[in-house]
Amino acid sequence: MNKKRNLVHPYIPNSVPEIKKQMLEEIGVKDIDTLYEDIPEDLRFTGEMNLPDPLPSEYALERHVSQLLAKNQTCQENLSFLGGDCWQHYVPAICDEINQRAEFLTAYAGEPYEDHGRFQTLFEYASMMGELLDMDVVNVPTYDWGQAASTSIRMAARITKRTEVLVAESISPDRLLIIRNYCKPIIKIELVKYDKKTGKLDIDDLKAKISSNTAGIYFENPSYLGCIEDQGKIISDIAHTHGALSLIGVDPISLGILIPPSNYGADIVCGDIQGLGMHMQYGGSLAGFIATRDEERFVMEYPSRLFGITTTAVEGEHGFGDVTYDRTSFHDRIEGKEFIGTATALWGITAGVYLALVGPQGIQELGKLIMQKSQYAMKKLSEIEGVSIPFFTSSHFKEFVVDFSTSSKMVKEVNKALLEEGIFGGKDISKEFPELGNCAVYCITEIHTKEDIDRLVHAVDECLKKEEPK
Amino acid sequence: MKKVGLIVNPIAGMGGKVGLKGTDGQAILAEAKRMGAEQVSPQRTVKALERLIPLKNAIEIITYPQEMGEEVANQCGFNPKVIGSITQGMTSSDDTKQACKDLLKMKIDLLLFAGGDGTARDIYNSIGNEIVVLGIPTGVKMHSSVFTYNPMRAGDLAMIYLQGKVKELKEAEVMDVDEEAFRNGFVSAKLYGYLRIPFGKRYTQGLKAGSPPTEKYSQEAIAQKIIDDMENDCFYIIGPGTTTRTIMEKLNLDFTLLGVDLLYRKKLIEEDLNEKKLLEHIKGKKAKLVITPIGGQGFLFGRGNQQLSPNVIKEVGKDNIIVIATSHKINSLNGHPFLIDSGNTELDRLLSGYVIVITGYQESVVYRVIS
Amino acid sequence: MSRKNKVRNFHQAKWDEPVIFELSNKGERGILFPEIEKEIEMDIGDGISNLPKNMVREQPPNLPELSQMQVLKHYLRLSQQTLGADLNVDIGQGTCTMKYSPKINEKLATSSKFTELHPSQDETTVQGILEIIYKLDLFLREISGLDKFTFQPSGGSQAIYTIASIIHAHHEASGESEKRDEIITTMFSHPSDSAAPIVKGYKIINIYPNEDGLPAVEALEKAVSNRTAGLLITNPEDTGIFNPKIREFTRIVHEVGGVCGYDQANANGILGITRAKEAGFDLCFFNLHKTFSSPHGCGGPAAGALGVTEEFIKYLPTPLVEFDESKYFFNYDVPRSIGKVRAFYGVVPAILKAYSWIMSLGSKGLKEVSEVAVLNNNYLLKKVLELRGANAPYAEGRHRIEQVRYSWDELYRETGVTTEDITCRMVDFGFHMWSSHHPFIVPQPFTLEPTESYSKAEIDEYIAGLKKVVEEAYENPELVKTAPHRSVVHKINTDSLNDPARWAITWRAYLKKSKK
Repeated sequence: MNKKRNLVHPYIPNSVPEIKKQMLEEIGVKDIDTLYEDIPEDLRFTGEMNLPDPLPSEYALERHVSQLLAKNQTCQENLSFLGGDCWQHYVPAICDEINQRAEFLTAYAGEPYEDHGRFQTLFEYASMMGELLDMDVVNVPTYDWGQAASTSIRMAARITKRTEVLVAESISPDRLLIIRNYCKPIIKIELVKYDKKTGKLDIDDLKAKISSNTAGIYFENPSYLGCIEDQGKIISDIAHTHGALSLIGVDPISLGILIPPSNYGADIVCGDIQGLGMHMQYGGSLAGFIATRDEERFVMEYPSRLFGITTTAVEGEHGFGDVTYDRTSFHDRIEGKEFIGTATALWGITAGVYLALVGPQGIQELGKLIMQKSQYAMKKLSEIEGVSIPFFTSSHFKEFVVDFSTSSKMVKEVNKALLEEGIFGGKDISKEFPELGNCAVYCITEIHTKEDIDRLVHAVDECLKKEEPK
Repeated sequence: MKKVGLIVNPIAGMGGKVGLKGTDGQAILAEAKRMGAEQVSPQRTVKALERLIPLKNAIEIITYPQEMGEEVANQCGFNPKVIGSITQGMTSSDDTKQACKDLLKMKIDLLLFAGGDGTARDIYNSIGNEIVVLGIPTGVKMHSSVFTYNPMRAGDLAMIYLQGKVKELKEAEVMDVDEEAFRNGFVSAKLYGYLRIPFGKRYTQGLKAGSPPTEKYSQEAIAQKIIDDMENDCFYIIGPGTTTRTIMEKLNLDFTLLGVDLLYRKKLIEEDLNEKKLLEHIKGKKAKLVITPIGGQGFLFGRGNQQLSPNVIKEVGKDNIIVIATSHKINSLNGHPFLIDSGNTELDRLLSGYVIVITGYQESVVYRVIS
Repeated sequence: MSRKNKVRNFHQAKWDEPVIFELSNKGERGILFPEIEKEIEMDIGDGISNLPKNMVREQPPNLPELSQMQVLKHYLRLSQQTLGADLNVDIGQGTCTMKYSPKINEKLATSSKFTELHPSQDETTVQGILEIIYKLDLFLREISGLDKFTFQPSGGSQAIYTIASIIHAHHEASGESEKRDEIITTMFSHPSDSAAPIVKGYKIINIYPNEDGLPAVEALEKAVSNRTAGLLITNPEDTGIFNPKIREFTRIVHEVGGVCGYDQANANGILGITRAKEAGFDLCFFNLHKTFSSPHGCGGPAAGALGVTEEFIKYLPTPLVEFDESKYFFNYDVPRSIGKVRAFYGVVPAILKAYSWIMSLGSKGLKEVSEVAVLNNNYLLKKVLELRGANAPYAEGRHRIEQVRYSWDELYRETGVTTEDITCRMVDFGFHMWSSHHPFIVPQPFTLEPTESYSKAEIDEYIAGLKKVVEEAYENPELVKTAPHRSVVHKINTDSLNDPARWAITWRAYLKKSKK
């Protein structure tokens, strides 16, 4: 661009010199610099930003970025067993079609009239999530599960007017970091142990730690370690006895076959919808949901947008709009609940499309499929010498811990060997959960065939059989 | 059907254009007329009433004859019920008071009145806190905060109140200055009391309407902040105003509606003190002064709280003045700075500049003060 | 036909589309999953029988049942009932920086070479995307003058919360976090500049603007003390007025030991013109979904790219993406890190799109973006001020940067027509017109921001729309007050949305409540 001073860039229509001149005349100034009169000289940046030479031609740009992306190796080209807060599920073509529609992709914050479709799709998303969760209130999605859990905890603290929260230790460590930062320095977080044999919450430890200062107990089902927590009712009852709330994180895709947390005492439920129709996008497509019963004391504590259905001036017309907008910081920056801003609406719309496609039968079949495949993988892996499944006796959904402690290989080494075979092994948690030893979390979904699982089992077996590299 | 009382003080505002400050009293009115003043109050009232036209079939307007309401109501297409009697062209403060008494008996839902501070005072003296009122600003002196910012807003606020969309009421100050002194360039506005008006949060976006944090909630948050921060060995002088009064209510203490009270260790030392008594108590001791802007114009000193004299202010010290106000109150000033007219020019200058105003438990604003 | 000064005879798509549950037919299927392999079934069984009995869902969730094309059609219809930036002259959503989001960037970001990446993959398998993340960091360092960026915050508000967290960590390091409990901001900064620090436990001191629309230096001097934790401020503010004394602001706050955070949500007019560094800020953030063209997606996904000076790198959330001259890698060794604010590395598709956008424009191109955005804005300002009943409070006669907060107060006083009414009427011509968010201190506000993406002809068309509605407000206010007339639906009843007995946030709640 250096040489071609007057390049008219396709993104900037009024970079045409004649038009610029015309507009400047209309404004009554001689040059654009005059319009910056309020920025004093000493604040002006006089240098040149050291950026690469631009690629204004679309072809050159596409070629450049594609070449960069070509350096990546994807889960499509390889066989991946990674899970843990981001999951490879099948994305129906219509999900992509809808979230790439220019109307949805480029809309933002219009009113319930010209953006009626945005309001209706997000209302429908919340409605379908409500069915899945068996709860009557679901928010327009927030950033991710970590934020949803953090806000659930904050809501519990406001509702109970208490400032201590118990969190199950089997939570995702990254999520715990998010929660800790979001609660600091207002809410004290204390961890409740999990039973090292079953992976479930240690009820005795919960009883020892809960008190009349506890705002809520937060646990996840299934947990980060993959175990299904079947003591939900007991935990919720303990919380309620102490005047605390039961806060439960859940994988929504499991709810075709597992009962929703509301049925075992949850007051606030949260989780991530990425699995419901979003490609992984390197972890960039997460979106958190929060759900509660339809009680004023809960609804009034949401910081999120809540879209509701209403009537219009014309009989029979469905209208939509913000429910109790005044809760939000858009309405009042000081009294608003936490804060609200641009979050993840497009993923909410997409998850709605997904749930509409899947339907009641599909979500059940999907859950069953995942259960069967993950159990098969657990069983087969457990048969390998040097491999054990720590919580084998507990039920799992799509993830489970694999322990290589009795083998001669570290998880890292196993994964390296698998990578050479085009397999992304499970997530190494030996640092996150050192007490479990040399472990990884493997994830199986509907995308894995028997062949894929057998291939994994074979590769792991081969790897462990090999001589130590030293 | 909702009943709306309407009282127009037809001569309000006549003094304005001819440089007379108010029209309280027949002699001044005659003077104003001699100087060519024309009635402005009725036209401005029309601006408010027009906004109620959509409710024409849902409300009944009850008013006094001719220029005291009948004419403007008819002009706007209402079919008012007219009561009482007046002498055309010769209405006075007594007519306003009589109209109040008559309307009170009619069990009205809202009293709309058009006038200035003098009119507000007449209304207050006649009905006190018995009915909900709303002032249409048509006068010259406008210190009272019972008036909306302009006549249209009075119409709009009345409309949503009558539709049941505004459920919260607030107490608004009735203030008035001695016109004689005012005309002589000497202002001493006095706080006379409070009338109940609908609380309309300004600029709330109707598309997203609802129930904002109430004025009462804000006042309680501020009061709690003041109480939590109270020091032990320090006197607290609590100036007049509904926001400051909340502190007394929260502490379960007696208080005066209009005066200045003195606290020490969260206990009432004395209520309704004058300048002399205040000075006796605080002389040479640590004292803080909690004040809130008074009236529709945002006076910190010099209107409605004259007990807080230059001597008292000096004794307390600039750094020990705590200003409190709800955000709604500040926004209602439309960006105009707080005003000070303590009676001492030098002190006024000293207090001018910027002040921190506590507006909530966790929130304060920096706001300009001029004299 | 010449479109000069003419508004369209517009009508939005109106499908009268039912709620999806009303379209359900028992037994229909939208998508099928693979059958379970016989061998697995024989080996494992149905996978459910061995679940604890109390965990099995007996009744399937009551989701709607539709065939595939019917789902598609429903959502396509709803898409047509949504007015995206790709369809309208989207200059009416001020502060939102609605600009063109190039389709090539969408194409790149939907490539399976990106979408099928799992965030826990081995670093060697993601060198391409890590390079993009790292290079965008380098680009933004140039644009801001600061020393390191993280892309973890997934929106502007989360970036502000992250800044508040870093400020807290900074004072904690010197044992002053309890004493320093006040954040200073201005009334015309974004509401989140107050709301997010409050979540962190801070008290807020708001500085009111003076008649010139700017916060005064003297007011800031009054606000600072040894309790000051930091300053969070936008510049230009939401009024589009640039605070020329910003360096004095940061100096005063630094002198009392506070940290200065720059909310650069309004950066579209100042790329290559003025930077956070020269203004003396320690921290800043850009919204990639605003200034850097990643699309808004009906309200996200978004990204708040947060930059810091060298001194503050040690507080950033982990991991940082770095380069050792041979490979890109994650650095988790951040000594005083606040931890994490979002899972993984942020909204990576937005990072990719912003990278691609900057690569198309380069240094001169970015400056051209800003200059034309400012040109467009001042042209629009000139035209709006010619409209009856409109004005631009504060800074009369001055030019503005990239947006202006206007007022219809005069029109309101003369006609009784409010901003809300005009918003609803503009819809009838295919336009947005946004009022403003808290604080509502400009009466009857509206905020316009004509970014670089709109042609002069388009700006003229928008003005023609405003002019038409203004004329109607004076001639036939009822027409405006009862709008919209040609949109998807008519004026909604908002009462029930605020009434616990009637609000319905899901279809199931609606069915329960409408039965009563």
